[in-house]
This record gives sequence, C-alpha cells and structure tokens, in this order.
Amino acid sequence: MTDAQLIAIPNAQQVRQEYALEAHNLSIFYGNFRAVDSVSMKIQYNKITALIGPSGCGKSTLLRSFNRMNDLVPGARIEGELLFQGQNLYDPFVDPVEVRRRIGMVFQKPNPFPKSIYDNVAYGPRIQGIRKKSQLDDIVERSLRQAALWDEVKDKLRQSGLSLSGGQQQRLCIARAIAVEPEILLMDEPCSALDPIATLRIEELMRELQENYTIVIVTHNMQQAARVSDYTAFMMINENRSGGLVEFDLTEKIFTNPSDSRTEDYVTGRFG
Amino acid sequence: MSTTPPRSRSQLDRELMLLRDNVLRLSTMVDAALQQLQQINRQLDVAQARQIIADDTKINRLRYKIEEDAYKLIARHQPTARDLRGIITSIHIAVELERIGDYAAGNSRLLLEMVDEALLISTFSNITRMLDLSRQMMRNAMNAYVHWDEEQARRVIQRDNDIDAIDKQVYQELIDLMTKQSHTISHATYMLWISHNCERIGDRITNICERIIYMVSGEMYYGIRQKGEEL
Repeated sequence: MTDAQLIAIPNAQQVRQEYALEAHNLSIFYGNFRAVDSVSMKIQYNKITALIGPSGCGKSTLLRSFNRMNDLVPGARIEGELLFQGQNLYDPFVDPVEVRRRIGMVFQKPNPFPKSIYDNVAYGPRIQGIRKKSQLDDIVERSLRQAALWDEVKDKLRQSGLSLSGGQQQRLCIARAIAVEPEILLMDEPCSALDPIATLRIEELMRELQENYTIVIVTHNMQQAARVSDYTAFMMINENRSGGLVEFDLTEKIFTNPSDSRTEDYVTGRFG
Repeated sequence: MSTTPPRSRSQLDRELMLLRDNVLRLSTMVDAALQQLQQINRQLDVAQARQIIADDTKINRLRYKIEEDAYKLIARHQPTARDLRGIITSIHIAVELERIGDYAAGNSRLLLEMVDEALLISTFSNITRMLDLSRQMMRNAMNAYVHWDEEQARRVIQRDNDIDAIDKQVYQELIDLMTKQSHTISHATYMLWISHNCERIGDRITNICERIIYMVSGEMYYGIRQKGEEL
C-alpha cells in the first residue's frame, strides 16, 4: 500500500467527537483464540480510565488494541470497531504509525533507549522530521516539565537515560511518549516495577497530564485504580476463556457500590 | 512491586465479624439501660437510676473502641464496596447507640431530680410506651443490620411516627396541666424533657436505619427529601 492510499485521521480541531475513543463490539483474536470478547466502551476526554481485572482477563490486550500494538503480534486480528475522531482505527487505509503517534503508550517496565536523556525525548520529534535544534530544545524541555522530570535532569540532559532511577526512567518514558503530542496516553501497568514513592509520583503526574491528555491505564493494583482514575472498567474471563467487560462506571461507584456481583466480589477480594 | 498483594479475606472477614459483634454488644448494653429506665419509670429506684448513669461510661467506652477498631480495619485492609459500607455503617450505628445511652442516663438524672415529687401516672405510662416502642424499634433495627435487611430498616423508620405521636400527646397533657395547676410547672417541665429525650431516641434509631439502608443498597437515604432532589 502506498502512502497515497492511506487516509488521514481527522484531528480534534476538525471534528470533536463526543468521546475520545469508542470501542464497538471489539473482539480480539490470537489465531483462533478469542482473547477479548465483544467489548463496547466509550472513553471520555481528559479523564483517566482504569482497566482492572484478574490476570489473563484481556485488559492489556484490550489496551494494546487501542493503538494497534496488537498488529505486531503474528496471527492477531480484531472484529468490531474502534472509533477515534470518528475514524475506525482498524480501517485498512488507516496508517498504524499515525495511530501510534496520536495514541501513545507507556509500558510496564521503564524502557528508555540506550541514549542520552535528551535524545530519548527528541527521538519521536526527530522521526517526525523536526531538525531545528531550538525547536527540539523546546520540545525536550516542555515534555520533561510535563513529565515532572525537568528539575531533576536539566543539568544532565546528555547523560544516559539508563543512569536514572526506575521512577525517573518511567517519567522519562512518559516524556518521550508526550513529546510527539499524542491525544491519548495508554499506560500498561506503569508503576508495577516501581517502589511506592515513585508510584505516587507517577500517579500525581497522571493527574497533571489529565489536563492535556486522555489516559487509559491498565493496573493490577486496585487501590491505584481507586486513587487515580475517574472511570473504571472491570473485566474478567467468561466461560469460553475470553476476556469480557463486566462493568464500566465511575470509579467511585465501582468501589463503593458496584452494580454487578462479580465486580463486588473482585473489588472486595473475594476472588482474583 | 506495587501490585496489590492477594488480600487475606479470612482475616478481613474475622475482623468484620468482631466489629459487628461489638456493635451488637453495644446495642444490648443500651437496651439494658432502656429497660432499667422503664423500671424506674414505674417505680423510682435511686440506686438503679445511679446505676444507669454509671453504666453509661461503659457504653461510651465501647463506642470509642468500635470506632477505633473500624479505623484500624480500614487502614489495614482498605475495604471496598459492601465491606466499606458495612464498616462505615457500624461506626455510625455505634455513635447513635451511644447517644441513646446518653438519653437514658439523662432521663435517670432528671428522675433523680424528681425523687420527692408525686409522679404523674398517665405521663409515666406514656413514657413507658415510648420506651417500649423504642426498644422494639432498636431490636428490629439491629436485626436489619445483622441480616442486611433493607425492608425491615424501612419498616422501623415508619414506627417512629408512633413515638412522635405519643410525645405530642404528652406535651399537650403537660401544657394543660401547667396551665391549670401552676404548682406542677417544675415537675411537668422535667417530664417534658424526659418525653422529649424519648422522642429523640426514636430519631436516633431512624438514623441507624437510614444508615442500614445505605449499607445494603449503596444508595444514600435522604429521609424526607425526594431522591434526585438537589441538596
């Protein structure tokens, strides 16, 4: 497929949809195995949405489908629709690279490139063709400030990203993700490799980032979902071993008075 | 790792049960105070009145223990959903029960003030009826608490109207009496006070039941305000 055939996803200024992201009957398959079964959910702009559920319930798979990361897994395919700015992201003419630029991802384990702090953050913008040093400097500073890391690294931007602590590395990865100005940030258990203090820093950071970004986070830590998110989706596997959405509601509702008894059992620690 | 460790459900269940048992113990102590109060209403017994006042300290102590245990439970287990609602409700019930204990002690003090006065038989029989009703309501409320029975809690709330009606009747009787026989004013004022305290006991039990409705349903009970109405 040539670039000419690819369609551009409308930007938010052109058409502001009611929701930042909408999944309609989204099923995800690995070969013949249906890992996620017919999930429909609407992600609100500038809110933090947490996906929770027991191991193997498909929450990470669902999260990865939100920016077509699953495309990289051989044999993976999807059914249903995923709408972003009114465009189905799984339309064959949509460029997955553009999808991943506009919907960024932060992973479980901090994974800075073995490059300087500066180059880690400037990596994406450079790929986008930005060459001018002053412009890159601005982007690096803005991104590091937004990631609440600037004050800690401003004097050592040329040092390796790997020289930072785990919590700092994760904030560097967040800075790298936001340097290309995505609209949505996906976070796959971003604190599971961090100590409690570093975890709290990231959680505070998420609350700050929420002003400019829509965030979807997968977390194993229920207290984290309760602390940090506005909406919570509870998933679990059904009788066919596929992950499904059980309940999606305001976080305060899920943790004080969930509608579904399976959610109740999970959040009160009766299983999972 | 910040991943939630698997929580020990059995330990949480044990502590929740202990908390509930202490709330029940507290209600038994308060009920005993009300029962003794009924007795001294019939026949004033100075020693028993003093006993009610002394026992109120034990009630207060248990109420604070329940509250403290509940805070520890929350800090240690970070309960959610029905567990959380159950704990918060237990704290509220303990506070309300303790206040009912205060009314029992307060009425005992008032009765001691009246020790040399001729008792107004009809008023006392009305107050005994109010205490009867209160004790029934409290038993049913505690039953609703233990069995997570929202319907029963709602039924108890309805009964509060009966107590209010008796209080109004007592009030009218005493006002009439004071108007006609001015020498009864001091005595009748104490009696008004006693009756009012009994009426407040009904209100406290109503509060307890409102909390039980929240505990069971997860929906805050806004009393006379319509659901959905702005605060």
